Amino acid sequence: MLEACRVTCSKRDRVLFEGLSLNVNAGELLYLRGPNGAGKTSLLRILTGLSAPDDGCVKFAGQDIQQYPKDYYRQLLYLGHKSGTNGSLSALDNLGFWLAQHNVQQNQGTLYDTLAKVGLVGLEDVPVRYLSAGQQRRVALSRLWLKPARVWILDEPFTALDVKGVAMLESAMNDHVSKGGLVITTSHQLLSQDAGEHRVFDLEYRF
Amino acid sequence: MSLYAGIFKRDLHIAFKQKAELVQPLMFLLMVVTLFPLGVSPAPETLQRIGPGVIWIAAILSSLLAMERLFRDDFQDGALEQYMLSGMALPAVSAVKVAVHWLVSFVPLLILSPLLAMFLNLTYDMYIALMLTLLLGSPLLSLVGAIAVGLTVGLQKGGVLLALLLIPVFIPLLIFATSAVDSAALQLPYQSQLAIIAAMLLLAAALAPFAIAYSLKVSQN
Amino acid sequence: MWKWLHPYAKTERAYQLCLTLQPWFWAGALLCLSIGTVWGLAFAPQDYQQGDSFRIIYIHVPSAILSMGTYVAMAIAALVGMVWQWRTAYMSMIAMAPIGAVMTFIALFTGAAWGKPMWGAWWVWDARLTSELILLFLYMGVIALYGAFEDKQQAGKAAGVMALVGVVNIPIIHYSVEWWNTLHQGATISKFDNPSIAPEMLWPLLINLLGFALFIGAVTTVRLRNEIVLRELHRPWVQALAQQHIEGKR
Repeated sequence: MLEACRVTCSKRDRVLFEGLSLNVNAGELLYLRGPNGAGKTSLLRILTGLSAPDDGCVKFAGQDIQQYPKDYYRQLLYLGHKSGTNGSLSALDNLGFWLAQHNVQQNQGTLYDTLAKVGLVGLEDVPVRYLSAGQQRRVALSRLWLKPARVWILDEPFTALDVKGVAMLESAMNDHVSKGGLVITTSHQLLSQDAGEHRVFDLEYRF
Repeated sequence: MSLYAGIFKRDLHIAFKQKAELVQPLMFLLMVVTLFPLGVSPAPETLQRIGPGVIWIAAILSSLLAMERLFRDDFQDGALEQYMLSGMALPAVSAVKVAVHWLVSFVPLLILSPLLAMFLNLTYDMYIALMLTLLLGSPLLSLVGAIAVGLTVGLQKGGVLLALLLIPVFIPLLIFATSAVDSAALQLPYQSQLAIIAAMLLLAAALAPFAIAYSLKVSQN
Repeated sequence: MWKWLHPYAKTERAYQLCLTLQPWFWAGALLCLSIGTVWGLAFAPQDYQQGDSFRIIYIHVPSAILSMGTYVAMAIAALVGMVWQWRTAYMSMIAMAPIGAVMTFIALFTGAAWGKPMWGAWWVWDARLTSELILLFLYMGVIALYGAFEDKQQAGKAAGVMALVGVVNIPIIHYSVEWWNTLHQGATISKFDNPSIAPEMLWPLLINLLGFALFIGAVTTVRLRNEIVLRELHRPWVQALAQQHIEGKR
């Protein structure tokens, strides 16, 4: 469903990967592995379309995402290194605005329930900058339950999460995949059993 | 349409939570204007002569300072990435953000302007001309400035570089705006200067959103 | 129609092109500049109004024309880079920028020097000089923006945007400064506008113009070669080139 066709990427004139092809189907969890600086984040950003590859293309359901971005973005959920939340707004406001931008309707009740599910009961109205790093990560993660998207691209989503948070996220990924979704994720910790079956893709560090 | 209204609301919401950041450029403007009577001469004729130029130069400098907040927070906290992945057209998003930024910086300036006119001994006609030039010229500052802000948003040391990039580009606006107010001082018509500023504004309004969107994409890469 | 240009999107071909063009540019520049400058400074007839001080136009006018020409060339390179995604286009843009800035500086310096015998002042806010000064600022902005980025590919794209914004603004700046100048200078006719120029005076000017242009071409090709080698250090063809150098084959 999501395919990278011979993508090449270079950063600061160093080639990270060349002619890389990748195909991820529905119902698959792809675990992208590699040392620091290998280009995992760059590859994920190319897959989302935030970065343009030097060469090659990315296709979603057979269509080039640069030419038909809207169809892809309706089905895409990306969580990067940055939280995507504004520090002066509360979690509720942040998520509310985000849902409005992504054209997803959810009522207040659902928002409260989701924030409760990720363990932020009572912190919904606090400006996000007063939350801890782990709590801010949980606010970002609530999006997983709020937007019905088939493709999840998660860049080191386990950062700052405690043990319970990690377990929650892994079971969410397992759930999503078993319902026909697609997850591409990267992490420095190994995925445990809770994440279910997954395919590993190794990215090497090129000199 | 309501998608973009959402951005409008969000940015206004954030702006009101960051009131301190909004007031500072205005204080800067006021202080710079104050420097001129102190540094040049408090004589009323001198101030009236240099007044339009002083206010416009101070307006340009303070808007350069204020402009940085246009995309900086959204870039650093990742909200900009989420905008780019939302399916909304980035030029439209940029246009809405610039519009909010302009509203939030111009309305206080409007309120402050009689004080500035009084400090520099401007006549009533000059004041009207000044307000008209600011009304037409400040959106131009925001629109064109946003292009350079988009390019420098990812850099650590954005500030002075932004000024270096934008000041040459703002010179025509400065020339026509001050000339309009000077003409008003001499009771001469100044529609032609306003028309030229309006033409530049329309050109910017048409092209700048696309340039801003491209700049933001360059910064994201 | 422009298919013959496409190979030069590859840095190796562009490097070879620079190597080929370089000696021609240097030779041509040296020839034209020596003929033009000597002719203009020593042999061209005296101006009936200004005497010998007008001779500075043989340096001032070509450098002024080419300072703007180089900026336009930079903008075209930026456009090519943006539309066709050519790295060599962005590299040529930044190769041209400093020499364009130097040309602008020469134009300013000689223009100001010309002002001394004419108006008795080392600097006047004449329309042309003011426009040149603003052009210098535009150049410096592009160069500064390029230097501020670590990733030079990103730097090229960013500097390209500023170059294009600048090129759109140059006519606006030019006309607004000219208009501003008429407001404030009154009836002073700019002595830079020679109403008509005798052929004996014109030829050295044109030769110098060509000479300066070839000089800019020469320096640009040198800078472009350097830029290519610096950016493509990891490529095998650059390694081979370095190897050849070490073995003293060149």
